[in-house]
Amino acid sequence: MAIARLQVPATARAGEAVEVRLLVQHPMETGFRREADGRAVPMNVVNRLSVTYGGEEVFRAEMGSGIAANPYLAFWIVAKSSGEVVVEWVDDKGDKGRVAQPIAVS
Amino acid sequence: MRAFAVLAGLVVLGAAAAEPSRPSPLKPGPDFQSADVRALQADDFANPGMLWVAKGRDRFRAKGANGRRCADCHGEEGEALRGAATRFPKHDGALGRVTDLAGRIDACDRRHRGGAGLARESDALLELETFVANLSRGMALAVSPEGSARGAWEKGRDLYFTRIGQLNLACTHCHDARWGRTLLAEPISQGHPTGWPAYRLEWQAVGSLHRRLRACFFGVRAEQPAAGSDELVALELYLATRAKGLPVEAPGVRR
Repeated sequence: MAIARLQVPATARAGEAVEVRLLVQHPMETGFRREADGRAVPMNVVNRLSVTYGGEEVFRAEMGSGIAANPYLAFWIVAKSSGEVVVEWVDDKGDKGRVAQPIAVS
Repeated sequence: MRAFAVLAGLVVLGAAAAEPSRPSPLKPGPDFQSADVRALQADDFANPGMLWVAKGRDRFRAKGANGRRCADCHGEEGEALRGAATRFPKHDGALGRVTDLAGRIDACDRRHRGGAGLARESDALLELETFVANLSRGMALAVSPEGSARGAWEKGRDLYFTRIGQLNLACTHCHDARWGRTLLAEPISQGHPTGWPAYRLEWQAVGSLHRRLRACFFGVRAEQPAAGSDELVALELYLATRAKGLPVEAPGVRR
């Protein structure tokens, strides 16, 4: 059960810069760890995460084994028109996640 | 001579009311963490423990094995459980022993939701426990060491003052005598259980107080009691009375 928390302001003025904050729950296995019985734990990280706003990509992260578990990302976008901020990611196992939140621009 | 005085003090305590030895002034766990860790805990969005709270809320509203939900009795937001975490560990009549919050949640799940038992440190139990503990955030710990909990409390107190492990240390040697100083690079806290279950950066996950206590046992190279064992519940009870009045912070963030 992959979950994420996404925080964007519900409303914004046109042209205003707003902060987007994102917390994804993911173990971010480095591939260097071993189980107690010696078996290697396969690498499994969120390798690609992209954020679109109104259908246009505004942020993309390509993460590797150096990122800690439960990655937290924050960045700024300029509010242009009302639309949805959509975050989609995929990990090495192929598991996908998606979280979306609307933003109303006046 | 000093050891004798402490021992004599204990004997007197044993006869009188159950009063733990408390550090003065009482300082909660975050006071011993760095500024960035404190900021992470204080920020409800960035605090990774809140992921466990959110998942716990989902479990709280999900149907159990017999179709009943925790929320059916306790309210959609767990309103009826606000403050519950401040009173644990306590004696449970139906179980016939002192139990901690995790044990009580497990018992409730078996009794009313047809659960087959929630394993210690399992995602299901940790998420539910974090959610329920979070409902009491900001409320002062108010655990009672009297009545039917008295036996366990005395056991916990004895554990707290007994030297254990190859390093031959008791809890008191660090958490009463040397709090505020450092163990290598690590500040020594007063050992209050208010932030648990907490997100520990070392684990990169939320873990229970018992997991943390086991890490302490490991640190002094002693045999580790199992999570949920009578020893750890008794020790938790003693720690909770020692921290009486400090607010619950769950989910805390610890290094």
